[in-house]
Amino acid sequence: MELKEKLVSSFMAFEDTVDVHSSIHDIRTEAIKTFETEGFPTKKLENWKYTSLSSVLKHDYSVFPKNENALEFKDIKKYFIHEIDAYKIIFIDGKYSSHLSQTTHDGLDVCLMSAALTKPKYKVIIDNYFNKIASKDGLSSLNTAFSYEGAYINIPKNKVVDKPIQIIHFSTGNEAALMLQPRNLIVVNENAHVQIIERHQSLTDNPVLTNSVTEIFANKRAIVDYYKIQNDRQSASLIDNTYVNQKQESLAKVHTFSFGGKLTRNNLNFYQNGERIDSTMKGITIIGDKQHVDHNTLVHHIEPNCESHQDYKGIFDDNATGVFNGKVVVEKLAQKTNAFQANNNVLLSDKATINTKPQLEIFADDVKCSHGCTIGQLDESAMFYLRSRGIPEKEAKALLMFAFSNTVLDSVKIPELKNRVTKIIAKKLGVNLGFDL
Amino acid sequence: MLKINNLHASVEDKAILKGINLEVKPGEVHAIMGPNGSGKSTLASVIAGKEDYEVTDGSIELEGEDIEELAAEERAHKGIFLSFQYPVEIPGVSVTNFMKTAINETRKAKGLEDMPAKDMLKMIRDKSELLEIDRKFLSRSLNEGFSGGEKKRNEIFQMAMLEPKLAILDETDSGLDIDALRIVANGVNKLKSKDNAVVVITHYQRLLDHIVPDFVHVLYNGKIVKSGGKELAHELEAKGYDWIKEEVGA
Repeated sequence: MELKEKLVSSFMAFEDTVDVHSSIHDIRTEAIKTFETEGFPTKKLENWKYTSLSSVLKHDYSVFPKNENALEFKDIKKYFIHEIDAYKIIFIDGKYSSHLSQTTHDGLDVCLMSAALTKPKYKVIIDNYFNKIASKDGLSSLNTAFSYEGAYINIPKNKVVDKPIQIIHFSTGNEAALMLQPRNLIVVNENAHVQIIERHQSLTDNPVLTNSVTEIFANKRAIVDYYKIQNDRQSASLIDNTYVNQKQESLAKVHTFSFGGKLTRNNLNFYQNGERIDSTMKGITIIGDKQHVDHNTLVHHIEPNCESHQDYKGIFDDNATGVFNGKVVVEKLAQKTNAFQANNNVLLSDKATINTKPQLEIFADDVKCSHGCTIGQLDESAMFYLRSRGIPEKEAKALLMFAFSNTVLDSVKIPELKNRVTKIIAKKLGVNLGFDL
Repeated sequence: MLKINNLHASVEDKAILKGINLEVKPGEVHAIMGPNGSGKSTLASVIAGKEDYEVTDGSIELEGEDIEELAAEERAHKGIFLSFQYPVEIPGVSVTNFMKTAINETRKAKGLEDMPAKDMLKMIRDKSELLEIDRKFLSRSLNEGFSGGEKKRNEIFQMAMLEPKLAILDETDSGLDIDALRIVANGVNKLKSKDNAVVVITHYQRLLDHIVPDFVHVLYNGKIVKSGGKELAHELEAKGYDWIKEEVGA
């Protein structure tokens, strides 16, 4: 049975195990119908022209893992930014691990989607925010239909969260192949600040496909920093659908670090519903082998006097392929918009590919929009300069690649996270540079 | 120290160096002068190990060892330093981090541990004073947005940090005003000792007023066509290069 049929026919059984009387029953039912109509995207769709899901959809994924698995912290410590105190929401094969987590209800809610979807005290928030900005495309609808578990974060007005929140999804390989559909809802109220780090990590070589949906609401003057670490095994694939709705004077940044996995697709969408909003999307992609990373971004400028900044750097080796498709829409009302987009790439091998496509749809006349994409090799004269100072070829290459990525690393606000990403990059490049840029 | 024998080099099958012979002994300063396009910068790049050039004949020896097969970094580890005519801008790497990496990679190649951070800082402080370099300058990205003079001073600062046996200064005077020229020349003179050697490549004589050469060679059309003492530089300054061309052409 094909995955689509399997998912559709599993839906009734899934709803029986959760709560058929839940307030979101109608939303789920509607969503599975949409998925049934839309199905998985194919390369015939303009937005999926360069990314084919066929190789990741062929496995016979378990849709509901049966076994509960335990993991010891010491065995998976390295996947945490463990040097810092943090709230933690940890899932193992899609199930919440209270043992590894550190949640809170003390002045803010850092807890579980399953609780938020079922307990009456969260009903108002769920009614106001759940599935309000997620797209009605096939993949997001599929996630909505099976939405049950994930992170639920609600930061009240004026609250500056004292430490970052880490969300990690582990898969243990207990199933021959596993499909996960985490669903996160993050509401950051007026003038509140939060930093969130998200990671998906497979622990074995059994195939894993994650189709994740995250809805983030940054209300008036809220500050949200969201970091995605994508450094999974070659057997794991990720479709990340993230939607950010911003109100006036809010500031939201999403950094995406893509270093691993078989296929990674990031659908990152920002909607600016207010004035003087600042949206930042940055990414570093460093991949090799036959890895594939696709960044599909959208910034929707709806109101005047807002800014958006996109800065994506990519380094591609071997047979790796990268895609950057960045769409900026400026509505007629959105005068005085400043929208910047840059996508710079380095190809280290003849067989590596990057498809980069800026898409600007501008309906206002008093705006500043710029975009630029470059594709190149490492600068030979810079290489000779570094080597003539005694820096060996490999290290010189790494230094140039670090330098190339630095504009993205620069705005990471958590030093330990920046340090970790730097180390992952150094490891990826096979060097030990002995300093942090 | 440096012994170049009948060196021929070409780039993309175009012969640039056509039989260079040059011997540089410890403690000596050699100047290589010549008109544009004579092969001066090529000679500097070939000694430093730039891969674009193919050595088609002859040899380059450093302290009796043939270095022709060595990569640029290996030559640097053996004590060759090239001050670039056009230093490359590297955004995102600070001068300090660049120097730390260069020094520690050189130490690693010699089987030494990394230099302790304290010693490194002291060395950076001492050498930056020598070149009258502001501390703030050291945290800036390497050469990015530097003025011509800052770039050249930074080159000599790197030379001071790396303490090479053989320093080749490729058109270090170009783009320098008189104050920067004095600082750069002063730095080079202070770094000079009986154990190291300097090869100054220049189009003009003015740098040689400050860094006084023991020998002056004229490079023309890929060959050293005339050698002499420092007075040769004055003669070239006064008479230009045309008489050399005529002499050679005749």
